[in-house]
Amino acid sequence: MKYETVIGLEVHLQLSTNTKIFCGCANKFGEAPNTLTCPVCLGLPGSLPVVNKKVLEYGIKIGSALNCKINSFVKFDRKNYFYPDCPKDYQISQFDFPIAYDGFVTIPMDDNGEKKITIHRAHLEEDAGKLIHDAQANCSLVDYNRTGTPLVEIVSDPDLRSPQEAYDYLQVLKLTLQYLNVSDCDMEKGSLRCDANISIREQGDTKLGTKTELKNMNSFKAVKVALEYEENRQRQVVEAGDRVVQETRLWDDAKNMTLVMRSKEEAHDYRYFPEPDLVPFIQDEKIIEEIRQSIPELPAQKLERVIKEYQISEYDAKIIIQDACLAGFFENCTKYYKDTKKICNWMNGALLQEINSRKTTITDITLKPEDFSLLIKKVEEGLISNLAGKDVLKFMLDTGKSADVLIEEKGLAQVSDDGALKEIIQQVISENEKVVQQIKEGKDSAAGFLVGQAMKKSKGKANPKKVGELIRQILKGDS
Amino acid sequence: MISDKDVKYIAGLARIHLEDDQVTHLTKDLEGILHYIEKLNKLDVTQVDPTSHVLPLKNVYREDEVKPSLSQEEVLKFSVEQRDGSFKVPKVIE
Repeated sequence: MKYETVIGLEVHLQLSTNTKIFCGCANKFGEAPNTLTCPVCLGLPGSLPVVNKKVLEYGIKIGSALNCKINSFVKFDRKNYFYPDCPKDYQISQFDFPIAYDGFVTIPMDDNGEKKITIHRAHLEEDAGKLIHDAQANCSLVDYNRTGTPLVEIVSDPDLRSPQEAYDYLQVLKLTLQYLNVSDCDMEKGSLRCDANISIREQGDTKLGTKTELKNMNSFKAVKVALEYEENRQRQVVEAGDRVVQETRLWDDAKNMTLVMRSKEEAHDYRYFPEPDLVPFIQDEKIIEEIRQSIPELPAQKLERVIKEYQISEYDAKIIIQDACLAGFFENCTKYYKDTKKICNWMNGALLQEINSRKTTITDITLKPEDFSLLIKKVEEGLISNLAGKDVLKFMLDTGKSADVLIEEKGLAQVSDDGALKEIIQQVISENEKVVQQIKEGKDSAAGFLVGQAMKKSKGKANPKKVGELIRQILKGDS
Repeated sequence: MISDKDVKYIAGLARIHLEDDQVTHLTKDLEGILHYIEKLNKLDVTQVDPTSHVLPLKNVYREDEVKPSLSQEEVLKFSVEQRDGSFKVPKVIE
């Protein structure tokens, strides 16, 4: 029997505002436990929440970037449940009037086509505290610093048909969110989290099968692997003549499998009701429009534009647009050097290698586009070798000095002067008579060996192109 | 019709312990409340906006400015037990 997999994703995104969603406590990660709390986020009697204006603004920004409709009427609701990470015994969330709804993102497909994934809704809510389980001491420890961190939950429709599509959706979504500068989108820090709903059904069936909910995946790759595991597991259940049970399953990274989460009794009876401590919001159309106008060029548009404007390959363009700052750096470089393909090669090769090995980012290094462009120019003009160019780049990142100064200081300029080069070549020829003989007999490829020897003798400073030309010239004259 | 079972379920959700005679009593009370709601349901409210808040207020928010938090010592005074700067609670496993 042929099965079709149906997946929907829920993404929780922590917003990088200065303060929490309902109080003035700092919204920071990595502080000592329970040092960023106040009566409001601890849910002490008599305290009252007040909405952070920036959170509403970010919510509208995110909704608009995901092509959603923005609700002009916004209210908050209480979601009731008991758990130690939730000091109020309810979470303030949004139930029937989310800030944004009915949007879409576009993911790439194998056949070079695209597929639209519907964003069902995006709503604002507060994060819960952090629980640390101590198996030995048989207790759990609670840190309430995270309580009240602003979250946007982005819910997709069950439009995804494979773990790969789910992975692609997450990539596109994350990149879009990164461009908005509303979150650091760091899964390791937990600022971006993803739960998945998955079911299978017979191909052609229009009714949804019974779904399971997957939690505890801490990377996009883990989401994909967990979905692949679950898709298989459900298939085996059905093929054995059993029925899939609706349940929450946790991904176990070490065991590489999903395991049933001990079900919390009545876990899904949240008894939502309007939050009486917060009055509703009526969003002014003008303000919504202003926020919409503030959205920068998004990755999909940027990709299309840089390919067209700079005549670079889709492959290069895709690397460049992975980071809005990287793309900005590239565009600035093109003002100083015209060969955009060369800039791509240097950026996506040597520069990204250096950035990655230094565990830094394009924004944290001191390299100026004009200096980087000058370096490329020096290499392309043959003043320094490709290899020396990479060294100069390292020095530039270390010292902040310009390519010009470093080439001078380190004596890296290539020797292109005929006289000096000929001297070296004569030495090489007399030391390698056998190879010279081969070349004379027509084995032109052996000349490469002589070029290498000459480079070695010049300590890498000889201009290899020039050396090659001179060797052929000299040997021709000989014969 | 509301049953004893409904009342016990709701009490469970709210973590309230009820004695049997209280269950009987509350079942009757809730029955009365729902009966009244039934009456309200008969009214034509098509021209009325749903009430989401009783106060005639809207758009109350604050700027994104950091205010001082409580110290760890002050906060942990609320705990029954503590360890390593955290609230210590009976083990909960997801």
